[in-house]
Amino acid sequence: MIDYRAVLNRQVQELKPSGIRRFFDIANEMDNVISLSIGEPDFPTPWHVRQEGIRTLEDGKTWYSPNRGFLELREQISRFMERHYQLAYDPKTQVAVTVGGSEAIDLAVRCLINPGDEVLIPQPSFVCYEPLTRMAHGVPVIVETRQEDRFRLTAQELRGKITPQTKVLILPYPNNPTGAVMHRADLEAVAQIVRENSLMVISDEIYSELTYGDARHVSIASLDGMKERTVVINGFSKTFAMTGWRLGYAAGPEEIIAQMVKLHQYGIMCAPTTSQYAAVEALKNGEKDIAEMRRQYDMRRRLIVDSFNSMGLPCFEPEGAFYVFPCIKSTGLSSEEFCRQLLYAERVAVIPGNAFGDCGEGYVRVSYSYSLNHITEALSRIGHFLKTRQAAP
Amino acid sequence: MDQLLSLLSENARLSTAQLAAMLNKTENEVSDQIAEYEKAGVIRGYKALVNWEKVDKNKASALIELRVSPKRDRGFDEIAGRIMQFEEVESVYLMSGGYDLAVKVHGKSMQDIAMFVMRRLSTLDSVLSTTTHFILTRYKDGGIILNPDEEKDERRSVFSD
Repeated sequence: MIDYRAVLNRQVQELKPSGIRRFFDIANEMDNVISLSIGEPDFPTPWHVRQEGIRTLEDGKTWYSPNRGFLELREQISRFMERHYQLAYDPKTQVAVTVGGSEAIDLAVRCLINPGDEVLIPQPSFVCYEPLTRMAHGVPVIVETRQEDRFRLTAQELRGKITPQTKVLILPYPNNPTGAVMHRADLEAVAQIVRENSLMVISDEIYSELTYGDARHVSIASLDGMKERTVVINGFSKTFAMTGWRLGYAAGPEEIIAQMVKLHQYGIMCAPTTSQYAAVEALKNGEKDIAEMRRQYDMRRRLIVDSFNSMGLPCFEPEGAFYVFPCIKSTGLSSEEFCRQLLYAERVAVIPGNAFGDCGEGYVRVSYSYSLNHITEALSRIGHFLKTRQAAP
Repeated sequence: MDQLLSLLSENARLSTAQLAAMLNKTENEVSDQIAEYEKAGVIRGYKALVNWEKVDKNKASALIELRVSPKRDRGFDEIAGRIMQFEEVESVYLMSGGYDLAVKVHGKSMQDIAMFVMRRLSTLDSVLSTTTHFILTRYKDGGIILNPDEEKDERRSVFSD
């Protein structure tokens, strides 16, 4: 008998399984569950984009692309970033196409971290940053964000965590799970600390097109002196509802991108070519799709925030992504217990906030990437759940 | 297109409070606007979209093509006006192409509809001919997919086997 525990890498064995998954597995076994737990768009990929993928398959365009992605795609990415975020990147040397934003995050972390380097990770946030940092022999340092600050990263919190070992700041905004957005002034304050301490930033902007209200997304890379210190991560999953196509990208200083591409070519070769062709079409002709999806999400967002507030679960108004993060402390339940009871009593699945970091305790993540009818049904069940609890002695 | 109308045409049971939240308006603004639409005849009614086949297997509906001779002064309006009086008739459209009026009819059974066409429609003065197409299955009606199995959410957690 092989003792696999002795064979396997110690670091990987110590990684905790994701709390998102644990809850899903329970919900999946039950019937009639109405879920507000999914973290991907409910819209299918726009038809003209799908069609372009189909067309290239019919034409037999099934070969590898260059390691860093087709030049035409990188050119379109570069134009998109210029148009939307006033960021100019050279498509030849400063952009790399990856298998989803996730691969780009992994590459950036591995290329920037030496053993023992500290990586600042604001939480609540998506679950991949900490494990990827550990696998790169970095030291994750959690920076907690709070509802009082609208879950933004504040200069004060950030300063308190900086040591001589601090190397990288991960900046996950617009944020999953809170829906928080960093405005220009918030970013200026953070950028100043980054420059003073010669840090690097990995800015995960995968939800950048899903911001609501008048202000559009601002990338930290567009601030003074920040482009040279930032790797911008973005992708097609959220912007164009293309999750399953697995396509993302990184843009940053030529020297960093070159090392990332080196890793990418050994581990991945290139991102799926069908997806790359489709993505060119998305970037060329997809602006109206973005606007329409944003409009739909925004109406649902308003409805869901309003409903939670009137149910007595105070909910800070998220300005981005497609999640709300209501506070459930008034129920006296922990996040996990709230989700468990809601699931068993009303068959509604939401994700406990502590799956996104300890400071998410007392909150739950509710996704509104669902149809309006689905959302109103789930909300009425949640309302019933709360009323029943109040009525009980 | 007006967003309030588009929301109501999707789901007329959204409350004024819900609509107001979604449209970033006050409840009063929303109910005033709805009243205005009702008064102006823009909103002509609210009704449930019923999957009748689930209630009664024999229920039937048909699309009937009518060729009619138009009247000198009133064109097709007169005959259309008479046809739409029948309670069996759900909709009446004037069409371009090979026939004139398209009439959608509901009945208790196919037999019921056949009798209706024979006795009521084909006997009307200006009706020249009728062609009755029975509807075999309604997959989608009024923008709603009637068989919910078709709508299964295939999305899964980002972390799953």
